Amino acid sequence: MIGYAIIFGFACLTVALGLNLWRLLKGPEVGDRILALDTMVINAIAVIVLIGVATANDTYFEAALLLAMVGFVGTVAYCKFLLRGDIIE
Amino acid sequence: MIDLGLIAEIAISALIVLGAVFAVVGSWGLVRLPTLMERLHGPTKATTLGLGGMLVGSVLFFQFDQGVWSAHELLISLFLFITAPISANMIAKVHLHGLRARKAETRSGPAGEPPAPPGDSEWATYEAPHRNTPVSTSEQ
Repeated sequence: MIGYAIIFGFACLTVALGLNLWRLLKGPEVGDRILALDTMVINAIAVIVLIGVATANDTYFEAALLLAMVGFVGTVAYCKFLLRGDIIE
Repeated sequence: MIDLGLIAEIAISALIVLGAVFAVVGSWGLVRLPTLMERLHGPTKATTLGLGGMLVGSVLFFQFDQGVWSAHELLISLFLFITAPISANMIAKVHLHGLRARKAETRSGPAGEPPAPPGDSEWATYEAPHRNTPVSTSEQ
């Protein structure tokens, strides 16, 4: 049963990543693109977690944790750059 | 005696399916909602319920199926719950600065533009953080 749930989860996350990519390409505002990238990072973390469950291997969670941190820093840095023209003043 | 393994398997599958469904709902909201301030609403569901459900499912899977206790998932969800409002706030600020600079592609939501604060003051996000720094670079 868990196997079917994992297949369903991968299918749903593929659709979600496709929808995020559409918003990333469409825009129209730069904030939309940042938000789409942020959501893509969230969905990528979900994919990594699901891979960890599918392979019954808990080494993948370090990658998920690192991706969560890097995604947050990237989002804030891009927003800060747009707001102030500089990341660290 | 009820089989604990079957209950655990049902719970894990339900949590993974719930998380996947909410991930799709959040991304669908990101595509369908008309303005950025409304679009901010969609992915929060993907973050909290979607990824949260999957992480709890993963904790249960490693506990009941593999017999190891792993707390990495809780660390990830804690980190995401702390950082999600901060990034949403920054994106909303970018939107406000775009509104102020009258950029052509920036449209305000159904509530319209935020009203000016009382008196001679200015919204905090428009002010310069330190002396001798430019007020806002988004208008250039």
